[in-house]
Amino acid sequence: MSVLTYIESNKGKIKKSAFELVSYSNELAKQLGTELVVLTINVEDTNELNKYGVSKIIKISNSELDNFDSKIFSNVIAQVAKHTNSNHIVISSSLDSKYMAPLLAIELDAGYLSNVVELPSKLNPFTIKRTCFTNKAFCESTIESDIKIIGLSGNAFGAIENETNSSSENLEVSLLDRKITVKSTEKVSGKISIADADIVVSGGRGLKGPENWNIIEDLAETLGAATSCSKPVSDMGWRPHSEHVGQTGKPVATNLYIAIGISGAIQHLAGINSSKIKVVINNDPEAPFFKAADYGVVGDAFDVVPRLNAKLKAFKAQNS
Amino acid sequence: MRILVCISHVPDTTSKINFTDDNKVFDNQGVQFVINPNDEFGLTRAMWFKEKQNATVDVINVGSSNTEPTLRKTLAIGADKAIRIDAEPIDGFFVAKQISEYLSSNQYDLIIAGRESIDYNGGMVPGLIAGLSKINFVTNCTSIEIDNKSAILEREIDGGKEILNCDLPLIIGGQKGLVEESDLRIPNMRGIMQARQKPLEVLSPFSSDFKTNSVKFHKPAPRKEVKLISPDNLEELIDLLHNEAKVL
Repeated sequence: MSVLTYIESNKGKIKKSAFELVSYSNELAKQLGTELVVLTINVEDTNELNKYGVSKIIKISNSELDNFDSKIFSNVIAQVAKHTNSNHIVISSSLDSKYMAPLLAIELDAGYLSNVVELPSKLNPFTIKRTCFTNKAFCESTIESDIKIIGLSGNAFGAIENETNSSSENLEVSLLDRKITVKSTEKVSGKISIADADIVVSGGRGLKGPENWNIIEDLAETLGAATSCSKPVSDMGWRPHSEHVGQTGKPVATNLYIAIGISGAIQHLAGINSSKIKVVINNDPEAPFFKAADYGVVGDAFDVVPRLNAKLKAFKAQNS
Repeated sequence: MRILVCISHVPDTTSKINFTDDNKVFDNQGVQFVINPNDEFGLTRAMWFKEKQNATVDVINVGSSNTEPTLRKTLAIGADKAIRIDAEPIDGFFVAKQISEYLSSNQYDLIIAGRESIDYNGGMVPGLIAGLSKINFVTNCTSIEIDNKSAILEREIDGGKEILNCDLPLIIGGQKGLVEESDLRIPNMRGIMQARQKPLEVLSPFSSDFKTNSVKFHKPAPRKEVKLISPDNLEELIDLLHNEAKVL
């Protein structure tokens, strides 16, 4: 009856989002009066997990699983869930996990809820809070099936440190045939992806053209942040679609979102609503974004941003 | 090639979201409903296959008669036939189950759905259909080309993209990139007139199974007033982010 959580890795290294995921899953297991089992695939060193209260780890090592395939991975997780007799499975909100979750739900005849932001408010019926209407609202939803899959929203719960010792078990699983071939993979190197970032710096039409993006990129570099943009900016081709944040673009649930030269259309605000702290820099004091922000600077981006960057560099140098 | 596009009928992106009946029901008063944007990118790509590769394009929706104007719009854009499964959708599984049952007696080479609907954001219907109907599945799909019985697709991944190859039949979760915003079509008068003559088939639901239920809604708590910082005092901003918000 344990809680099973699958944590993702990248080239053998545990993804940072995993620590939040296991912290949440640990609390869920406590609430259910059961134990947590963590599943890793092709991770050599799982010691980092001990810091977050993980006591039982199942390790799968198989080079065939180096490349993600939603069908094969969902089948593997289903095999593990049966092995551990888990009725609650917790996964992240990464694109891969969201891709795999519905297939896993069918494998296990489970109910699945995505974008979950809290622990269950009730266990019977199993009731849990998730975001809906693209962050314009929350919904209390029930999962009615015996097996339940919870997709935890990023940065919704936080990581809780709780040092323990863990034991691990190596498990052999059988693999389905690969039906979808990966011909090539292209990753933007040296840049933090929006999904992994604690801070996102975003630019809008107020920047006047793609040639001015250096001020966004410089600020992002200082902060170790990812960059994103508003819809008109990606529609005009100033920036790639993958940076478009908003209702029809990417959702951003980060700790700090800095919007520069973005007026704050309702669709954009919906996309960034679950970010914790929002800073707006805009020369129009009437920009609707100021109503949705925590901190605001009314001023010209071309003046404010480079000066802010210089001051942040000094701050970072002092505090590192 | 036969294509089926799954259409969700959702509040327009500019809608103010409210609830009635003790916060149990979405308040659709004054709300304009549209084709789910992710589905519309897919529908527009399907039109390209119709024009360039002689595909037939059907659309399907699970919903009450309220969704018919949205289905008529897809016919006016150029779909050949619409199917409406006459049931109020309960959850993603309920919708996927209906469509999967429909697929068991109607063959399609390519099924296009949106990666998620912008109302419930479940992001699971195409994957659940794939699982139920045992067909290949690619979501966050930003490009698709079909050559004979095989597809080349581009999928967005965290921090990049990948190029995939698989056989049909196939279901995709589509999004912007399949076509550009500027490629989206506004129905013209001829299309609207033709749409009136096109078949819109209404079927009884195949099943009543569901797995989850939306019980109650809340709106986010109202925000505190924004703290304005003078552009001449950016140290204060850094100090607030460091000491008050604790995000630096």
